[in-house]
This record gives sequence, structure tokens and C-alpha cells, in this order.
Amino acid sequence: MAYEFTKEDLQEIEKIKAKYPEVKAATLPALWVAQNRFGHVDENVQKLVANTLDLPESHVHGVATFYTQYYKEEKGKYVLDVCTCLSCQLCGGYDILEHLEKNLGIKKGETTEDGMFTLNEVECLGACGYAPMMQITNDQYVNNLTTEKVDKVVEDLKNGKVPEYEQIEMPLRNVK
Amino acid sequence: MSSADWKNYEPVLIPQIRDLHKIDVYEKNGGYSALKTVLTAKDKFPDQKSVIEEVKAANIRGRGGAGFNAGLKWSFMPPADGGPRYLACNGDESEPGTFKDRKIFEYNPHVFIEGALIAAYAMQITTIYVYIRGEYRAYIQMMEKAIQDAYDKGYIGKDIFGSGYSVDFHVHSGAGAYICGEETSMLESLEGKRGYPRVKPPFPAQKGLWGRPTTINNIETLAHVPSVINRGAEWFKGVGAENHPGPILYGISGHVNRPGVYELPSGVPVLDLVHEVAGGMRNGKKLKAVIPGGSSTPVVRADQLDGITMDSDSLREVGTMMGTAGMVIMDEDTDMVDMLWRITHFYHHESCGQCTPCREGTGWLEKVMLKIKNGEGEVKDLDLLLDITTQMEGRTICALADAAAWPVRHTITRFRDEFEARCKKSVHAVA
Repeated sequence: MAYEFTKEDLQEIEKIKAKYPEVKAATLPALWVAQNRFGHVDENVQKLVANTLDLPESHVHGVATFYTQYYKEEKGKYVLDVCTCLSCQLCGGYDILEHLEKNLGIKKGETTEDGMFTLNEVECLGACGYAPMMQITNDQYVNNLTTEKVDKVVEDLKNGKVPEYEQIEMPLRNVK
Repeated sequence: MSSADWKNYEPVLIPQIRDLHKIDVYEKNGGYSALKTVLTAKDKFPDQKSVIEEVKAANIRGRGGAGFNAGLKWSFMPPADGGPRYLACNGDESEPGTFKDRKIFEYNPHVFIEGALIAAYAMQITTIYVYIRGEYRAYIQMMEKAIQDAYDKGYIGKDIFGSGYSVDFHVHSGAGAYICGEETSMLESLEGKRGYPRVKPPFPAQKGLWGRPTTINNIETLAHVPSVINRGAEWFKGVGAENHPGPILYGISGHVNRPGVYELPSGVPVLDLVHEVAGGMRNGKKLKAVIPGGSSTPVVRADQLDGITMDSDSLREVGTMMGTAGMVIMDEDTDMVDMLWRITHFYHHESCGQCTPCREGTGWLEKVMLKIKNGEGEVKDLDLLLDITTQMEGRTICALADAAAWPVRHTITRFRDEFEARCKKSVHAVA
């Protein structure tokens, strides 16, 4: 499949390039533009990014494969990244992961047959106080998970309803 | 404000002011007055050097984990030669147990922006980048908005406050790599490469971004700068512990009733933070252990914690460190073997692969820990683990190998009975 950036994407990439003295620095942000457009950065998309920035394909491939958030292959419509690292482990992150494996009928790292969900186990996402938690497709954090809450999120996603940004209350000051 | 008086402390980084993230609310609460002072009040700050001296005197110890005096770091920048100079603000925040800088991005982004601008002026820097981990998409968008608002108001850009000083400010998103929190790895990532740490020297102050002088500071470190300017270095030094002064964002997680980020003076007793600030242990369980500053800082047993306070001197007494003040609290039901295995898995996953002792060592640590966790280990494997740690520490370009080795060494040493109980009877053991 041939991939092409839209005119808006190309304008955005030009703006990104202006932020740095060297074009190579635009590699990470341009990969983000590509992933937001195509949903992944497989080798064909990596070639497109390399050609657009006039950089070697090997460089773009090297960068894309170093960072975990770039999808090097097509993923499900929603990617569920469940954190199981330290604080999440202590607070039941593995229970959430196992519950999702059972309910979606897939193992971590796999995608459901209908292409709706990819399930991943991920390293610390920096939400340790709100454990266990998961992130949806590199975007929304869903915090303080219980199996009931996870089930509701999955049902909502099936209906195309993505959870809103969860604001965490300001830390209590009146601990006096 | 002594550490003991922490209950009466009024937060300055994340005060409870509604909509403080909006620039006009921040201005109404005295925002950007510190920037104005350093740029225009020549009686107080005649030149850039005087700003560095004030910050140095405050002894803001780097809040990213290394604890180095920020002002002293600034003073390492070589004299300006007319070429570009950079400030790289480290918002990668990926150490397990650490979730504090996101509070600044969300609730008070301008205090960080103002601090970064003051730092940039003091070091005659021409461009600021803030590197934020890619997972923090929401906070990246909030920061982009806040920076644009500050541009629109003239706090960033050309000829700020008519002082003749100009600077640019950009957000750079990471894309999922713990190693990019290591300062030189972050520079590589900013330059658009794989995040492989650089060999030092040359240090970033000499050759940083694109071979030019660069200073790297943590977000919280920079966010402290405006209050140092407004209230003076003496005020900052008077908050909390003498050798590790100032307010700290304590990120408390694990088995407590009220986990969260709390701004309090340094040097608050660990047990006060657990039992009072964070609301005590969940389900009335007993405290078993505390990791004080992110997963790499050595775990401390509850029986070691009497009288220990959150500052580098006190924590050293029990063989641990302040780190990022990301405190992980564990109750009596915590399986230390499982916990340590998960930490070894993390460091194996996140080793960049550049240095052999780390690439291979983190893998061995995880494999041996998995064996022990599954009840297949022998007692001699514990000594094998300790041996591996000594072969990793100090033998690599960056500190990730050390960060992986410390928790293994100290968790095994401090909970040895628990690890031995999990091992099948060693062939060497006397029956």
C-alpha cells in the first residue's frame, strides 16, 4: 500500500522542522504525525517519513524500532496498554491484565479477531498513585481500575465511546 | 519552616488555586514577576551571574534524582560566544514510582515555564526544549498551550520586557523509552536519534545539543526557581532539611489510603508521610517496606524507618537515597520476590543495549529472578545475583546498570530469609 501525507501533514512537518537547527531532529515528531495519520509506522510508512525528511531509511527505521510507542505493524482499533510495573503490580495490575485476557479472549501482545482491541502489558506510565491503570492507544489514561471499570471501558469502546480525560483531584492540603 | 512543622506548610508549586494553569490566573497570583525582576531590576540583579549566584546559594538539589546543586550546574556553562546555547528540560519522568512532574504540567505549567526562562536568561541561552515522555500526550498538549500563551503575552520570544533578551521555547515529545530520562540519552532523542547515552566527558555544558553548550534540568528543579527569586535563597534554604532544602513533591503510591503527589518541605519523617499525609495503610495492614525515591533506590524495611526523614543525609543512614521522592509503600502481604522480579523485568526491558554489562546483566538478573520466583531457584542463585550486580555497577556509560543492580542487591540483602524460603533446597545445603 502506498502511503501519502496530506497537505496539512506536510505543513505540520515543515513547522516541526523549523523548531530545530537540523532536519534529523524532526524524526521523532514526524513519526508521530505519520502514526496519527496511518495508525502505525510500518516499513512503508517509515520510507515515506524518510523520503519526506530526506533522511536515510535506515535512520528512520532505527529510530522507529527503538521507541515502544511507535507501532511497527497494524494494531487493533484500540490499543489497551495495561501497566503492571511496581506500583501497578502492587495494586493489582496483573489482575486487570488477566481479566482483560479472559474477556477479550486474547493473550497480551495479541489483537482480537475483529480488529477492535490489541492488548499489551507495558512498563511504568507515570500514574503510580492512581494504580492500577491503563492507557488507550497512546492517549487517554484510565486510572484506579477495577474489573467492573475495565468492563465498562471495553463496552464503551465497542460502541465507539472513548473515555474522557480523567482529572485527578488536587492533592489534599488539609492533612492537618 | 522546619520539617517538623510540615503541617503548616503552604505549597508554592502546586497551591490550591482554581485554574492556576491559565496564564491570567497565574499572573494575578504574582506570576512572571520573578522573570520581570531578573530582567529589569538591575539594582537586585545587575547581571546574569548574579542570578546564578542567588540560585546557587539556594542549593536547589536536582529533583530528577541526582541531587546536584542546580545553580552550580548552571555555572559550568562556558562564556557565551554568540552561537546557540540550549536548555533541555527533562520531563521524561519514567522511573517507576515517579509521577510528580505531571502535576506541574497539569496544575501550574507557568511556574515551570517562568523558572526555565529565568534559567535560560542566567545562562544566556537561546533556545529551550522541554522533553516530555510520549505517554503524557494530555500534558504535552497542555504544555504546548501554556507555552503559546506565554509567547502571546511576550514572556517568551523577542526582547522580553524590553530587556533585549530573546529566547525560543519548544516542546519535544518522547515516544516510549525509559532511558531517555538519562540526560545525554535525552539529548540524542532530541536530535532525532535512538536514545543511546553519550560518553562523558565532554559534558553537556561543553558539548550538548548539536555540539553546543547545553544545560539539562528536571522540571521540578526549574519550577522552584521563581520562588527563589521572589522570596530569596535564604527563604528556600530555610524550608526543610539543611543539606537538602526546599519544598519537595512527594509522589506516594502503593498500599496507602490516599496515594498522590504532596508538596511539603524536605525532611518530613517517612512514617509521617505514610501514616498521616497518605492516610495510613490500606485495610489496616502493617507497613513492611518503603522504596523512597523510585524503583532504583534501595528498599528499606519498616523496622529501619524510625526517625528517618526524607532528605539525603537521613536516608543515607539506612543505605538508601532520595531519588525522585517517588515513594512506593508496601504492606505486610507484599511478596518481595515477585516485587523484585518485576523490577528486574523493567530494567531488562528498558536497557538500551549499548553496553554489554547492562544489556546482558539486566537479562541475567531477570532470568535468575524468574527462576527463583517460580520456585526453581537454589540458594546459591542469590549469591549469583549479587555477583552479577557487582559486574554491572560502574562498568557502563550511564547509570541504568547501577539502577538495575541496586534494588537487586539491597532487596536480597534486606529480605534474604524471604528469598531463601522461595528457593528449593539447595544441593549444597546441609539437611
